[in-house]
Order: sequence, then C-alpha cells, then structure tokens
Amino acid sequence: MIPAPFDYYAPTSLAEALTLLQQHGDDAKILAGGHSLLPAMKLRLAAPSVLIDINRVAELRGIKVNGTVEIGAMTTWSAIEHHAALAKACPAMADAVGLIGDIQVRNRGTIGGSLAHADPAADMPAVVLAVDAQIHVEGPNGPRAIAAADFFTDMLSTALEPGEIITAITFTSHGPGEGSAYAKFPHPASRYAIVGAAAYVKMENGQVTACRVAITGAGPKAERQTAVEQALIGTDGSADAVAAAAAHAGEGMEMLGDIHASEEYRRAMCKVYAKRALLKAIERAR
Amino acid sequence: MTATELKERLVGRALKRREDPKLITGHGNYLDDIKLPGMLHIALVRSPHAHAKIVSIDASKALAMPGVVAVFTGKDMLDINPMPAAWQAAGVKNYPVPPRALAVDKVALVGDPVAMVVAEDRYTARDAADAVEVEYEPLPAVVDARKAVEPGAPQIHEAAPNNIVFEWECGNKAAADAAIASAEVVVKEEIINQRLIPTPMETRGSIARYDALTGEWTVWMTSQAPHVHRLLLTAFVFGVPETKLRCIAPNVGGGFGQKIFCYNDMAFTMWAARKLGRPVKFVEDRSENYKYSTHGRDHITEAELAGTRDGKITGLRVKTWANIGAYFSTVAAGIPTTLYGRIITGVYKIPAAYVHVTGAYTNTAMVDAYRGAGRPEASYLIERMVDRFAAEIGMDPAEVRRKNFIQPEDFPYDNGLGLLPYDSGNYEPALNKALEIAGYAEFRKQQAELRQQGRYLGIGISSYVEICGIAPSAWMGGQGWGAGLWESANVRVHLTGKVVVTTGSLPHGQGLETTFAQIVADELGVPYEDVEVQWGDTQGTPFGYGTYGSRSLAVGGVAIKRSVDKIKEKARKLAAHLLEANEADIVFENGRAYVKGSPDKGKTIGELAAAAAVAYNLPPGMEPFLDETSYYDPPNCTFPFGTHVCIVEVDPETGHVKLLRYIAVDDCGNQINPLIVEGQIHGGIAQGLAQALYEGAVYDEDGQLLTGTLMDYAVPTAAMVPHIETDYTVTPSPVNPLGVKGAGEAGTIASAQCVMNAIIDALAPFGVKHLQMPATPERIWKAIHGK
Repeated sequence: MIPAPFDYYAPTSLAEALTLLQQHGDDAKILAGGHSLLPAMKLRLAAPSVLIDINRVAELRGIKVNGTVEIGAMTTWSAIEHHAALAKACPAMADAVGLIGDIQVRNRGTIGGSLAHADPAADMPAVVLAVDAQIHVEGPNGPRAIAAADFFTDMLSTALEPGEIITAITFTSHGPGEGSAYAKFPHPASRYAIVGAAAYVKMENGQVTACRVAITGAGPKAERQTAVEQALIGTDGSADAVAAAAAHAGEGMEMLGDIHASEEYRRAMCKVYAKRALLKAIERAR
Repeated sequence: MTATELKERLVGRALKRREDPKLITGHGNYLDDIKLPGMLHIALVRSPHAHAKIVSIDASKALAMPGVVAVFTGKDMLDINPMPAAWQAAGVKNYPVPPRALAVDKVALVGDPVAMVVAEDRYTARDAADAVEVEYEPLPAVVDARKAVEPGAPQIHEAAPNNIVFEWECGNKAAADAAIASAEVVVKEEIINQRLIPTPMETRGSIARYDALTGEWTVWMTSQAPHVHRLLLTAFVFGVPETKLRCIAPNVGGGFGQKIFCYNDMAFTMWAARKLGRPVKFVEDRSENYKYSTHGRDHITEAELAGTRDGKITGLRVKTWANIGAYFSTVAAGIPTTLYGRIITGVYKIPAAYVHVTGAYTNTAMVDAYRGAGRPEASYLIERMVDRFAAEIGMDPAEVRRKNFIQPEDFPYDNGLGLLPYDSGNYEPALNKALEIAGYAEFRKQQAELRQQGRYLGIGISSYVEICGIAPSAWMGGQGWGAGLWESANVRVHLTGKVVVTTGSLPHGQGLETTFAQIVADELGVPYEDVEVQWGDTQGTPFGYGTYGSRSLAVGGVAIKRSVDKIKEKARKLAAHLLEANEADIVFENGRAYVKGSPDKGKTIGELAAAAAVAYNLPPGMEPFLDETSYYDPPNCTFPFGTHVCIVEVDPETGHVKLLRYIAVDDCGNQINPLIVEGQIHGGIAQGLAQALYEGAVYDEDGQLLTGTLMDYAVPTAAMVPHIETDYTVTPSPVNPLGVKGAGEAGTIASAQCVMNAIIDALAPFGVKHLQMPATPERIWKAIHGK
C-alpha cells in the first residue's frame, strides 16, 4: 500500500513532458490514469524514482470523429464510453470500453496509458488491432505513427522507443456495410479479459469482403487471427460460416494458463468469443 | 397522550438505521482515522517463505535510516506469552500452538512477521522494513489438511506431532456404520468446502498508548469483542491485572468473524508502546490482511448418506479434515467441531449419524470463524448429500426433504449429536412458500422444454437450520470454550427522561443502535430519539463476550430488555410512593405509571426519573436514580431456519452461470426491524453465492497465496448479485422473552448449496452428480465436456 519514494513532476505541455522524460531516462515512468502503474508501485512491484504525471497536458485529451476517428492519448475510458458519434463510428470500441473495470476505473483510466502498458489481458489492444488503428507517438526524434499490428511486441512490451509518449490513436470510421464488435469473458475479480475478441467485418452484396479479428487475454499479447479472417472472407457470413471460421481462433497462439483459466480452456474460449464477436459485427454490418 | 392511548409500537417497524448517515458520509471514526500526538507507526517484516528457519536478522541498515525509532524481533518479546487458544475441541486432547507477537526462530506461513520497524511515519517504517535483512533456511511446506496429517508430511510444530491439532467426534459411530452397511442406497461423495477470505471493507489493526506512571494501557482495536480482548491480553498474554487495560473498538468496518480473534498486533503494539513510551499504530494493508488475518472454511470431507429407495434417510457418516492454518487462532477448534459436527443432520430426522473431524496445521493463514462459522459447512454438506440422494433414487428433491423433515411436534428436538435441543421450528411451510414463489411445478415443465432447445436451466433448494444466540455458559463450558457466553446491559434513565443504554455487544454493521433503541423505546414508552445506545469501550460498558454467532439480539438484546424490566419495577414502586397508592395497584404502561382504574392519576417515566434522580422524596430504603444492569445467560441457543430456492441458467458453450432468480424464505423468529433483517439476509446471501460461484483462496504447493489481492480473489460486486426475493415465516423462539432468533448469518448458511444444487440440477443431462466450489465457468465447462 505504501510505494517506495519517488519524485513527482506535473508538466502542462507535451514538450515539457518529453524534456522531463529525456532528462530522467529509465528512472522515470509516465503517469497517465495510474490504474496499472500505481497498484504495481503500491505492491512495490514497480519502484520508479521519478513520476511524470501527464494528466495536465490538455493537448493530449479529446475525441474527433469525422471520416477518421482521432482519440487523444489521455482521453479517459469514460469520455470514450459517452461519445455517441464514436460509438457509431466504431461499435467495437464502445463495447469494449463499457466492459473495462468499473465506473471509477473508467473515470481515471486512459486509452494511451493502457496501450503503452500493453497488459496482455487489456481490452483495447484487441480493438485497435481489429480496426487497424495507427498509434501516434512523439519522442526525441519527433513524431511518428506505428500501426497497431506492429505495436504490441510481447507481454507488457511495445514498439515505443525510450523517451517516446503516445499522443493519439487514429483509425477510419466505419462506413456502410461495415460493422464491429467486442465480446469478452471477464475475470471475476479484476474484470480484465480472460479472453476478449474484437471483430471487424465489411459486407458487400451479402458477402464478407474484409475481416479482421483479434484476441486478447488468452496469450502473452493481443494477436490478429488471420486464419479466422481468411476463412470468413468470401463467405456469406452465416452462422455456420462464422462458426467454421471462428474454429481457427487461437491457432498458433501461445496460451496462458493460471488458476482462473487453463490453457486448454482459454483455447476453447478463443473460438467461442471470436464467434460471438463476429456474429455481432456481421449483424451490425448488415 | 392519555394512559389508554397506545403509543405506536416501534418493534416490527422497518426503521432506517440511525447509524448510517454518519457511516456513509465519511463521518465515522475508524481505527485509521485516529491520530494521537507523538504516535509512531509500525511496518512488519514478513516472511516470503511458507516454512523456514530464521537464520539471522540484520536490522542495521534500517536502524540507520532517518526517522526509524526501533526494530524489534520475536526474541525481544519473549517476556510476553503467545496469544491464547481460548476454544479447544471438547473432550479430546488438543495441541494448541497459537502465534506469538512475532515469530521466533522459525516461520510457518508466508506473511509470518519476523521483525517490526517502528518509525516516525508509516512511509519511513515501510521503507525501513524493506531494508531489514533476514536470512532464512527454507523448509518443505504443506498446505492441504489431509496431506498434512499423512506420514512423511513436513512437520510444522514440535508440540503438535503429525500436524494434528485435535481428533474429535460426535454421534454414534456403530449406529451409523450399521445403517450404512445395511442400507438400500448409499451415496458417497468427496465434498470440499473451499477456503474463503472474509474481506471486511476495513482491514485490521490496533493503536496502543501506555501511561508509565499508572501502568495503564489504552488500546484502540478493530474488534468484535473488546471486553474479551482485554481479558485475554492482560490475564494471558501480559500477566497484568485486567484493570490496567482499556480497550476501545471505534467504528468497525465489517468483521464477518475476522475481528473476533485476539491477534498478535494487539500484543506487539502494547509491548512497543510500553517499551518506547510513545503511542504506536499498526494497520495492515489489504495484502497483509489476505496473507495473515484469519480465513474461513477449508474442509475436505468424505461423506456417506444412506437411505431407502422410497426416500427415507437412515444414516450419515462424515469424515472431515479441517485446515486450521499455521497456528491455532483464538476459537479455531470450536468452529469445525461444536458448530459443525453437532448440526450436521440439519433439518432432517436422521436416526444414525457420526462425524469425525481431524484438525490439521498447514503452512497457510490461520482458519477461524467466518460468517456462519461451521454451520455453512454443515448445511452445505447435508444439503448437497440430500440432493445427491434424491438424484440417485430418482425422487424430487423437494419430496425427499418433506419426507425427512423434523416435524413441528418433535420440538424441542434433540438431534443426538450433543447439541442442545432445537428450540422451535416448522420447516415445511417455509419450503412450500419458497417453492410456491418460485413456481416450482411450472418451472419443471419449462425446464424440460428448454432442454430440448439446448438451454440448461436448473433449480436448487436449500432447507437449513442453524444455531444462533450462541450461549448457555453452562453448555458452552462443556464444549471446550474456556469462558461464559452471557451478555450484559446497563440502562439509565437520566434526570431529563433521556435514556442511555450501554451494552457489551458491539455493532460492526448489524444496526444494533437502531434495533436496541426500538426495543427500549417500546418497553419504556419513551420517544425513540430519546434513547442513546453506547458500546465499544471497556471503560463505560458492562462486560460482554462480543458480537458474533448471530447472538447480539437474542442474548445482548434480552439483557437490555431485562434491565428495562427492572427499571419499570423500580418506577412502579416510586410511583406508588408518590401517588400514595398501593404498589399492587400501580400499572406501568406506555411510559407511564398510574393507579389501576384511575388512568389520569399517574406519573410519566420522565417524571419518575427526575424524582429518582433528585431523590428529595423516595420511599424508605430506595436508592436514587433509575439505573439497572442485567446479566443474561439464556437457557438455550436459538435455531433459525428456512428454505432458499434459486434458478440458474448455464451457458453450455462457456460454462457461465446466470442467476435468474433467488428466493429466500427465512424464519428468524420475531423481527424487531424487518429492514435490518432484510439487509442481513441480502449480505449473507451475497457471501454465500460468492462461495458457490466466485471466491476461493488458493495456495500453491509451496504455500504462496495465489489469490493475494482483490485483483485475483473475486469478492462479488453489486452487479454480480441478483435481485433477491425475500419472504418470511415467523416462529417465535420460546427461549427468550423477545421471541427472537437471529439473522446475521442465515443468508450465508443457506445460499452456497442453494446455488450449487441449482447448477448441478441444470447439468443433470450431462450426467453431472457433484461439482466442487467455486463452480467457475471452467469447472462447469469441463464437467459438460467430460474433461
């Protein structure tokens, strides 16, 4: 409950935050919503000597929706949850955000903080993979964008370079014939995903012409399910077609196993939740 | 108000709890809110090993840190005794090894404290605790009670060979053996009642202050029983007069049993306060609470139930291994013996029953009373076995229950297991009512139809009886409990007519201030607002054994009523004197004493209190003031009962359980405040269904607690508890003048098996006969898929 001592900075601009991060290097941690970092510090599993709190960096907050969705990294889950245009532009994200933690967690937790932490059981990694988002970061060498597919490299590891901060997430709004959904098996205590599946589909003339599925929670990192996608594209998206395609979920993935769900069970649930997410996404696309 | 006009009675009314505005708006005064001038803070160095020898402790780095006042180890505290083992298993040899203030030479569980840092603030103390270097020599560990008593298991305490705490039995072994040997049908099952962590919202702790000039301590403690703790800490741990210690329980943020016990922190804060001459505070964090404060349940049981093909139960044989944990907690042995074995047959007339219990030490947190304490384990066992039996003979589980219920004419009923006779009961109406609310017959039809569509619904029934108002000192003495279990109360009517009740009972969420004030306001005929209920401080309240075992109303409440009766009697005498009438002609009614037949000629209780207090004009020999104390030791326990029914749907694809309906029909005798009863039932059910579906403390083989945080251990949120449909039958208890039984634990005692029976009913098409708790989606999925 009592963290180790640390110094605390609260910059008000991104430039200031980047400078502080540059100065303190590996000793420093960026504090966003604090829902992963602070518990780890209180349990003394993490003991950064410097915290750079970016909650006062106003330029990192906010949601813009037109043909593209842009979400500032410091936007809270609750701001996302209550954004009607975003829910229409990407129902999978609305599904997922509504299932994160509880109201208190959603009031503090941020999308950028969650992605940077890359918890293997977080919901959002599956969603950004399924909507093929770009993750915008800024660091000592200026800004760059990383495709979601390249972002999650391993358990709790990302493509972020030292000194970089996530600034925003962007992706294309769904148009006609497009649908997405997120289905989740929550851990009964933490509410994190034991298995979470995000699905995006595009239907044209009664056929699935595009599909992206990603699974989180089951393995060390969120992963695209290309075998499922390949099996579904070109079908009519019927329940049978979906079940047949979803049976490939988890293929080739390393599975986690713990007291809450064994590897075997997680593997079976990947198929069930991929199916459920796909059925919902197709229903929304039609 | 004239004498004949009846004041509206408060007893039986659903008043909102008077204590709540303060507690729910952040104005309560909990232990951690207390800050004394000059107060020091303690952080513990706890063992990372489940079982190890302590080779060396080097505190030099910690002592060099600014703000660190002292570091103490167990060896510094050898001048005080270990914590007391107050309730040992009756009639057999016990091997009690209670914990010391700090571990000496070896540790027996992860979290065992080996040193304490005392510092100017909590942060410094915590940092310094990390700087204490302890060298351990790890030893093999054992966490499972049945394995712990097998030959070759790691030996935890020299004083307890083979890790056995006690071997205890009740009932008639020969009769049970014979019934089983000759039965038409025998069902046999291994039933595990998993370990639970009580999880009160407020963790535990204590603050001690010592006055060197008088040799007196004041200790603030998160306690359900401050009078008992005062006695145990002085007479047994420190060997000083009881009068040298004042114990204060401020607002207590839930206990569920975990705060009944005498803990090492009470002793080491006292010891350090005396040593250092400054107040010291210890408050555990949640991880410490999970690792070191007591857990509940943790039974492994082999059960056999015998019966006839037409549904008569003829015998029950039970062999249980009860996990006691690493040390003997205060009343640890009483829970799996008296409060479990002696009520194992539940609401049924079973002619032959036998229970054998082995208490075992393991390298885990101590196990002691947790809401229900022994009775949930008993109730779970018999209700699962009855359902198992019903399934075996193909009879409706409701019908099997009806066939075997103890009948109304059987009361008082002696179950032959060494318990006092069940006081009163009428079990079938509660069952019928619950089934009627559930629409049982209609549900069975719907269930069959839905199964055809691949939907799996199930209904579960749980008929329970429990032991409340736990008392008779004379009986408890024979149960290995080394003290009485009466309660006391003082009632004073002050000069202005305002009433102060001081009670040895102690609310920590039960709403006793409200309930007790309702009783007193009615009995004395004074406004409810004029009754103040005080508790929690050993200086100023009469001795009480504390609040647990659903006993505060049936024992503590009755002590209050008896004090009020004495006050009324004295008021009548005084009125006779003032009204110049014969005492025999004075009636006390509605807060007024008057001459029989002349209701206008009378004195109100306020007038009489004033007359008694100013004492200008008292009858010869009468002492001033209306001030009476009673010590109430009831003749028996009380035995609440009821039937719960729940309906679930299982998702065969994932194994998830959805609770569709939960119906509770309870009989706790007369109800003083139905709203509070309802709240107790709701909370109890939440904890019971959590045992069925979510909760379970898990250790790995090395004794590491894998469910050590609230991110891993699933305490249900409001969203995980269904709407609960409550109803009642009322069978007043003949044991006490209030006719009350108790309601604090009933919900927990009734609910786990109710949910499990429903799940197993839903899974019947898959051939599932039993599942262990918690029925997680994975367990159910595996059962469905035959894995």
